[in-house]
Amino acid sequence: MTTLKITKGEEKGKLQLEEQEPEMAAWGTDAALAVVGQRHPRLEAIEKVTGRAQYSSDVRLPRQLYATVLRSPHPHATVAAIDIAAAEVLPGVHAVICAENTEPIPWYHGSFVFDRTVRLIGDEVAAVAAESEEIAADALRLIEVTYEPLTHVVSMDAAQAPGAPKVRDEGNVAGEPKVYSRGDPDEGLRQAEVMIDRTYTTQSALHNSLEPHGCTAAWDGQTLTLWDSTQSIFTVREQVAQALGLPEHRVRVIKQHMGGGFGAKQISWKQDVIAALLAQRSGRPVQLMLDREAENLVVGNRPVSRQRVRLGATRDGTLTAIDADITQGIGAYMTGGEASNVSGMYQTLYRCDNVRTVQTPLYTNLNPGVAFRAPGHVEAAWALEQAMDELARELGIDPIELRLRNYSETEQLEEKPYTLPEGLRLSYERVREAFGWDTRERPAGEGRVRRGVGFAAHDWVGGSGSPPGYAWIELNADGTADVVTGTQDIGTGTRTGLAQVAAEELGLPLEDVSLHLGDTSTGPYSPVSSGSATQATLGPAIRAAAIEVRSQLLQIASTAMEIPVPRLSVRQGKVLVDGDERRSTPVKEIMRQVAPHTLHGQGARGANPTEKVARTFGAQIVELEVDTETGEVTVLRVVTAHDCGRIVNPTMVDSQVIGGITQGIGFALTEERVVDDRLGLVLNANMEEYKVPTIADVPPIEHAAVDVPDPEANPTGAKGIGEPPLVPTAPAIANAVFDAVGIRVLDAPISRHRLLDLLTTQREHAS
Amino acid sequence: MAATAATHVPLTLTVNGRDHRLMIEPRRTLLDALRHDLDLTGTKKVCDMGDCGACTVMVDGRAMYACLLLAVDCDGRDVRTIEGLAQGDALDPVQEAFVEHDAFQCGYCTPGQIMSLRALLDADPEPTDAEIMRAVTGNICRCGAYRNIAQAGRRAVEIQRARGEGAAS
Repeated sequence: MTTLKITKGEEKGKLQLEEQEPEMAAWGTDAALAVVGQRHPRLEAIEKVTGRAQYSSDVRLPRQLYATVLRSPHPHATVAAIDIAAAEVLPGVHAVICAENTEPIPWYHGSFVFDRTVRLIGDEVAAVAAESEEIAADALRLIEVTYEPLTHVVSMDAAQAPGAPKVRDEGNVAGEPKVYSRGDPDEGLRQAEVMIDRTYTTQSALHNSLEPHGCTAAWDGQTLTLWDSTQSIFTVREQVAQALGLPEHRVRVIKQHMGGGFGAKQISWKQDVIAALLAQRSGRPVQLMLDREAENLVVGNRPVSRQRVRLGATRDGTLTAIDADITQGIGAYMTGGEASNVSGMYQTLYRCDNVRTVQTPLYTNLNPGVAFRAPGHVEAAWALEQAMDELARELGIDPIELRLRNYSETEQLEEKPYTLPEGLRLSYERVREAFGWDTRERPAGEGRVRRGVGFAAHDWVGGSGSPPGYAWIELNADGTADVVTGTQDIGTGTRTGLAQVAAEELGLPLEDVSLHLGDTSTGPYSPVSSGSATQATLGPAIRAAAIEVRSQLLQIASTAMEIPVPRLSVRQGKVLVDGDERRSTPVKEIMRQVAPHTLHGQGARGANPTEKVARTFGAQIVELEVDTETGEVTVLRVVTAHDCGRIVNPTMVDSQVIGGITQGIGFALTEERVVDDRLGLVLNANMEEYKVPTIADVPPIEHAAVDVPDPEANPTGAKGIGEPPLVPTAPAIANAVFDAVGIRVLDAPISRHRLLDLLTTQREHAS
Repeated sequence: MAATAATHVPLTLTVNGRDHRLMIEPRRTLLDALRHDLDLTGTKKVCDMGDCGACTVMVDGRAMYACLLLAVDCDGRDVRTIEGLAQGDALDPVQEAFVEHDAFQCGYCTPGQIMSLRALLDADPEPTDAEIMRAVTGNICRCGAYRNIAQAGRRAVEIQRARGEGAAS
């Protein structure tokens, strides 16, 4: 019988369940592992290079229709009337829905799927399902909507101005400001011998996952199936079931492959419900994929931030106070998927007794914010890590040395030691050595092109994983294994990394293991793939299931071979006999002796340690050139080191590292949602004018792997790496720009025009 | 009922060596014709306006954005898509190199990247590193696998060369 530990959780006041996991010895630092730790191509590699991998956008069902959505052209308006009559009779149109012919379905906080008030350009007004995308688009043009425009706000300043138009009835502050304080920050600032006081801003970045949000919806009797481009099949199931008043077991969500999510797909969005309604009305399957413009207008972004940061320190570099006053522009709605804690890094990265953070989210008439790869931390790192660089320069202390002087071996919110307290220090050491920090050449000359180097560090609240997480394993009669989970591979290599854990513990070669995921009707519950948590959440559950299966296998082998269990082990598909190599027997031969049967094991993710806290850390160094005539920044080299615990598959980890840093370069230099304040219009909701990095923008990236297992974090010793590499990139670049040209760029991104303006100002002051 | 057939025109699309006789609306792009009329969904729709390269296919041997071509303009032309590269289980050298170098994560841009490089290697089997980079500058990878894509491009040249030598000896 499973024993549950039940605690009242902070999140939504729900009961938190933890299955009491059987004792499992962690893989220690010197564990001899055969499959875990090895490079291996992605298990789905062939499907992806041949075009056979089926994404949500690729589902093709008999009689399938295609849907598109009519969106508000106003940033704020009342919808007075909608006339769909002409659209409904267009040949090839099978369903048209809007507020006039559907029940109001609650969505977001205090709004509806089709609301009578639209609060941003792109808000959903009506939707059409037709036999082709072209016909659906024609039908949209036949819908007549009468809007009564309202005043709107776009910028944080406008939202905070006295008498500002209200985005929501309750006003423009979304909920209560989040306030945190420890020690006496005011006294800490008074004691400071040196103080940095700066205000930094970060831009709205758009995820621009290549596969847009969307799904294909099909009804079979009372059961709804959604092939959804999502990071969380169970979240979509719950939200859609709730919206449509369906029991959860009548909603099935499938996601095998997904063309990028980066946080924006961790919740269900309106198109899931709209597609389901259209499929119900038309009696046919409906595919609703957002187009690129809608993708950039309505389904999330990294919210803009303004951060006033004050750091106080004594002359020897000891921090006496950290104070951050943070404002965010979160768009028109709270989505429930923000996870955007900008304050966190100020509270934990450096040892400091006096810390205060205030975080105030503001509504604006724009795209709602949602998690974007290391939400909050990317924004905070831009400010805090530049402020630390300024402080180091002010004090004349090496930036890495300054950080070492304020090193924290404990998580300061709970005052508990980290499971791997040396994780951040090891990252400093590795990156310092791999870059050649101590022997680097000082930037020289007053030439047109100037070179600089910059350093930044980070911590990340994720990567440690947590319950719940479940796995089932079937060892088949031929000695192969099916590992069944309900998680999802969002392109990070989850299938491969988890299969390696299973193969390791089962003693099978990797090719004998299949890892199943991405289907709510066939796999056990799994949480959202976010927070860099999947490997650390599911890995231990899979290990537990595999231990159970291996134990059964060895008992059977013991009977079949007439050798006591303690002398038996399994490795690379063979049952080995201690002290007698000749008697080793392939697993499949043992399994063949069993009457038609598979061995079944199941495992759950156990609790995290209670006396320690598992976190992930990293440090990065960037070398770059600034062209002082054009303001162009060319990144020449990035070296990075991260404590992500044991590396399960170096190839997957390296790929996460280069990918994260590539996105970080985009965030630092070119990516910025541009909005016309007067019109409330996003001017670059496309991939031409919103500049994500191309292959020409990416320098050599060196991953100086730390690769020290963290066996106290969980029994696999592995932690996540999906989000961390992005976090320090932008501030490291900003610090390198300062090193090169002596200009502190406070506002992200360091676009050419912004840097050129600053260079011009600098020149004018000098002359 | 279906949309008026009078708005549709007949055409023959030659895709991966096979002729397909279709009735298509003149405004339909080659991309939509591949994905919807032929169910060849390996070619991806991402920006639908020639910004990202995810829909890259080969038309008469050249890498082209399928979202910027009308299907009716491809009547009689030789279209090659990602589905036409592997011969049974034998991967194209570019595909093999992509697997070897983990040149993708989510995989959504991958067919376009591979077709851009296939077109390059068909035109010049011994390209320089700069030419490899240039061939995929129009292919956005949001996961940021670029470093590995560049390596895979170089590796594909080697694999193709080795196969050619193997076939010649």
